[in-house]
Amino acid sequence: MSEVPSHAKVVVIGAGIVGNCLVGHLSRLGWTDMVLLDKGPLPNPGGSTGHASNFIFPTDHNKEMAFLTVDSQNQYIGLGLNNTCGGIEVARTPERMHEFTRRMTSAKAWGIDARLVTPAEIKEMVPFINEEILLGGYYTPSVSVVDSLASGTSMREEAVAKGALQVFANTEVLDIETTPVPGGLPKVTAVVTNKGRIECEYVAIACGVWSPRIAEMAGATIPLTPAVHQMADVGPIDVLVESNKELAFPIIRDMDTFCYERQSAGSMEVGSYAHRPILMRPDDIPSNEAAALTPTELPLTYDDFEPQMEQAIELMEMLGDAEIKYAINGLLSLTPDANPVLGECVEVRNLWSAAAVWIKEGPGIAQLVAEWMTYGYPHMCDPHGSDISRFYPHEKTEWHINARCNEHFNKTYGIVHPREQWASQRGMRRSPFYAREEALGAVFFDARGWERPQWYESNAGLMEKYPEACQPRQHEWDARWWSPITNAEHLAMRESVGMVDLTAFNEFDFEGPGACDFLNWVCVNNVDVAVGRSVYTPLLTPQGGFRGDLTIQRLGTDHFRVITGAFDGGRDHYWFTKHMEQFNAHHGPQGKWVTFNDMSGAMCTIGVWGPNAAATMAKIATDHTTAAYDVSQEGFPYGAVRDVLIGGVPCTMFRISYVGDNGWEIYTRMEHGLKLWDAIAAAGQEFGIIPVGIGVYALTGRIEKGYRLMGSELESEYNPVEAGLARPKVKSADFIGKEAYLSARAESPAAVMCTLSMDSQRCAEGYDRFPMGGNEPILTLGGERILDSKGRVSRVTTAGAAPSLGKYLLLAYLPPEHAVVGTKLQMMYMNELYPVTVEVAGSTPLFDPTDARMKS
Amino acid sequence: MNVLVCVKRVPAPGAKINITADGQAVDTAYLAFTTSPHEECAVEAAVQLVEAHGGEATVMTLGPTEAEEQLRYAASVGAAKCVLLPIDGADWDPQRTAQALATAIAGVEAANGPFDLILFGNESADSGNFQVGVRVAHALGRPIVNGVKGIEVDGDAVRARREADAGVEVYRLPLPAVLGIKEGINLPRYPTMKGRLAAKKAEVAQVAPEGEPGGQQMVTLVQPPVTVTETVILGHGPDAAPAVVDLLEELGLLK
Repeated sequence: MSEVPSHAKVVVIGAGIVGNCLVGHLSRLGWTDMVLLDKGPLPNPGGSTGHASNFIFPTDHNKEMAFLTVDSQNQYIGLGLNNTCGGIEVARTPERMHEFTRRMTSAKAWGIDARLVTPAEIKEMVPFINEEILLGGYYTPSVSVVDSLASGTSMREEAVAKGALQVFANTEVLDIETTPVPGGLPKVTAVVTNKGRIECEYVAIACGVWSPRIAEMAGATIPLTPAVHQMADVGPIDVLVESNKELAFPIIRDMDTFCYERQSAGSMEVGSYAHRPILMRPDDIPSNEAAALTPTELPLTYDDFEPQMEQAIELMEMLGDAEIKYAINGLLSLTPDANPVLGECVEVRNLWSAAAVWIKEGPGIAQLVAEWMTYGYPHMCDPHGSDISRFYPHEKTEWHINARCNEHFNKTYGIVHPREQWASQRGMRRSPFYAREEALGAVFFDARGWERPQWYESNAGLMEKYPEACQPRQHEWDARWWSPITNAEHLAMRESVGMVDLTAFNEFDFEGPGACDFLNWVCVNNVDVAVGRSVYTPLLTPQGGFRGDLTIQRLGTDHFRVITGAFDGGRDHYWFTKHMEQFNAHHGPQGKWVTFNDMSGAMCTIGVWGPNAAATMAKIATDHTTAAYDVSQEGFPYGAVRDVLIGGVPCTMFRISYVGDNGWEIYTRMEHGLKLWDAIAAAGQEFGIIPVGIGVYALTGRIEKGYRLMGSELESEYNPVEAGLARPKVKSADFIGKEAYLSARAESPAAVMCTLSMDSQRCAEGYDRFPMGGNEPILTLGGERILDSKGRVSRVTTAGAAPSLGKYLLLAYLPPEHAVVGTKLQMMYMNELYPVTVEVAGSTPLFDPTDARMKS
Repeated sequence: MNVLVCVKRVPAPGAKINITADGQAVDTAYLAFTTSPHEECAVEAAVQLVEAHGGEATVMTLGPTEAEEQLRYAASVGAAKCVLLPIDGADWDPQRTAQALATAIAGVEAANGPFDLILFGNESADSGNFQVGVRVAHALGRPIVNGVKGIEVDGDAVRARREADAGVEVYRLPLPAVLGIKEGINLPRYPTMKGRLAAKKAEVAQVAPEGEPGGQQMVTLVQPPVTVTETVILGHGPDAAPAVVDLLEELGLLK
């Protein structure tokens, strides 16, 4: 039995599609001295790769996953292990037919050839289908079946052939050793196996369903759960046998029954995502020895599968008489939000996760993680949706994982609305204003555990005041998870004053003699401003793309407070603390240390905005002597941060606006929150103050001002010049991404962030439609996709009503030739084309272009 | 022709079978259950006989209520009736099992008429006592042949074929008779989806087993020692030849 080496640069655990491709891609990026381990035998060690159905349907509404899927398919093609057979998603319901128009739109955006087909056309391609129960289909000619085991083997052997990798099968990991690091997180030092101990600098966990157990050995968390996907192989079936091919017919996805039928030579694989969620714990998975087939191929529980068999027979009668030769409860990985879990673990340095990955995206994700390990951030695309650091502590518990996976498993083939809300794990985080909001009829949306009012039913009466702006939306899809009350709240705020619960913000305090230098190293813009002033700044990746976007308040000479959003808190927390450790290691010994304190759970925030915001606050803002506080523009200018008493409550007022009206974000300690709310509500009463939901804050108010949002407009593929967020000057201090940023400034941008308006929203059926900013492609008047010189597609990143302008606006990056005010283009929504016009190229707001309202 | 097949629920083979810490039971955490392979062939034989000669196949088991799964499996491949003799907890030894089955068979026959043929597996896959079929035949006063790998119906009799050291033995048994079926007699079919769905709706008659659990008692289960085999690759292609020769010499196979 061969012993493992005593030292390696990196140990990759898991020889499924991900681990194999990871070592292959790392070797292509120059890594050597690698070890790949698996507890099972090769080429099929017994994980989920070994029993995967291996087909790729490339269309995805999510940009990141669509990109990685298409990229992976191209990698399989490059390896010569991609068998194209086409695929048809079939519809039994009108809702699904509508969803197919959405899929057509996403296909257009990503350049995937696809078309809608009639039941007769389906029958022509798949003669044994019962087309009478179908309404139509979505046909993708490029759907393929890949050989994931051979692909993984090929990638692994490529690294071995280069002399960069040693491989050890049948080698069980018993422990991952770490060493404490003063002032930082522990880091990995060794992997202990049943064949010896390997000292190493990096460990990558690509163990699929076992990943949580392996991570736990190092004291880290990989939030996923093993879950059952049922699959049966039935045959032989004459028509398939006679085809004499592995794949003679397109794969069928019977979307409304959550099942698929995929030819496998003479038989048919029937798989299901319709059965009850069956979750397991990693420790309950059998060993290779104790498993009759493999550890992830458990005996099929027929009670769960039988309803699907009936539906399968209904679709293809021949399946009924075919013998069930092989049937499994196959294990795969589910995560709380159905996205992969990638990147460096947040508890242990140099411990990487490449988990919860499907065959369809395996090679692309392996490349992405390899780039991440090599360059500090991936080059190929922004992984923010898959970043392991996105999870908040309550989202990493088995409780949360199971609750969410139980909820979304049956949505695997479901129709998921872009604004769809979770039903489980609600009420995890509540602001101190919650009781008031509830009494006001708030409709709460989930913001990573926080309950945030999206709109208030108490404002329903306002709609009579603004009938034009508050028309209902005719199509149920457009109206779902939405209310015209938002538009009424918007206009009422613009007319007088509104208050917005912003408690979901994260507040990170940095203190110490190195705080200013540290933040200047991480941030683009100069944070060395006067105490009581603030800075907006991007954070960049080393390649100069967006890694963050936030504001920083200088509360003292050595005290800064970073304010960032609920959806980026985890990722920003990771980015700051990782770099802070490095900073302290270099500068701490010279006395320039910095500390970090996450104040998010201790602070609550109310935004007060509108023409009467200042009048409202003037009534209740005092200094510590009870003297009225000067809240005028002169006394308290835009961007200023002041300690003020409001109704006696110690607060920090920050004059800023994300909605385009004068006002403040007002911060106080959580326990003072209710008092603050009541004080503002009472003071605003004479002005008709109303509570305003996040529908205004995050969308209608923001889009009128063209404000960009991290994760939508701002991603690592784009730089501040393209986003229109480059300042006239660059600070002298060095910062992450500076070199790339300077280059970007020296070049003319390949794309420019633009605001467009819809010239008409009228659909073919004669009523208005309302796109949601779900990557709808911007097209030329000839209907062609628009790609910039870097190959990036122009698509809608945010879409929303602009009630004050009476328009429906879109944000999108356009290449310079199209980024010209007045240019006429088209946008596709639900497979229909709508005329649009470029209103603004760059960051000038369409509403109140001089920002006069914010400074009056 | 009415055929009865008696089957037993046993752990599915194919993996290491773990034993509980007290040595009293098989650890079923990762185990699927199946019908003993000889009995799967017996069910297939019964279904084929019925397909050829008419009548119906009945399947019977003495076992925990979970053994319904094995009855329904038999139904999914063509058995028409299912009879469960439910027991819970303690094992019934072969003698008591046979007694209970014989009593139950007599009861079923009293109501529905005699079975022309009763099939058993040659032996069960888990305990391998080789007793139950013989004891039931004896109790019912019917002839039995074990190790059967071929059946032909011949009027009022059945010809049963089995392999012997020197050739093939052929027995002619008057009906009604009992046969112990051996794997290899046929290749059992897999259930179809329709078969599965029909079996879900099949009625399983329950007959309380006569008698008491017990009899011969298992003292403890012991895991057989793991035999470690090591594979050494001697080389690839013609280059491997000298090493192969060396090894054959070392084993004393070459002079």
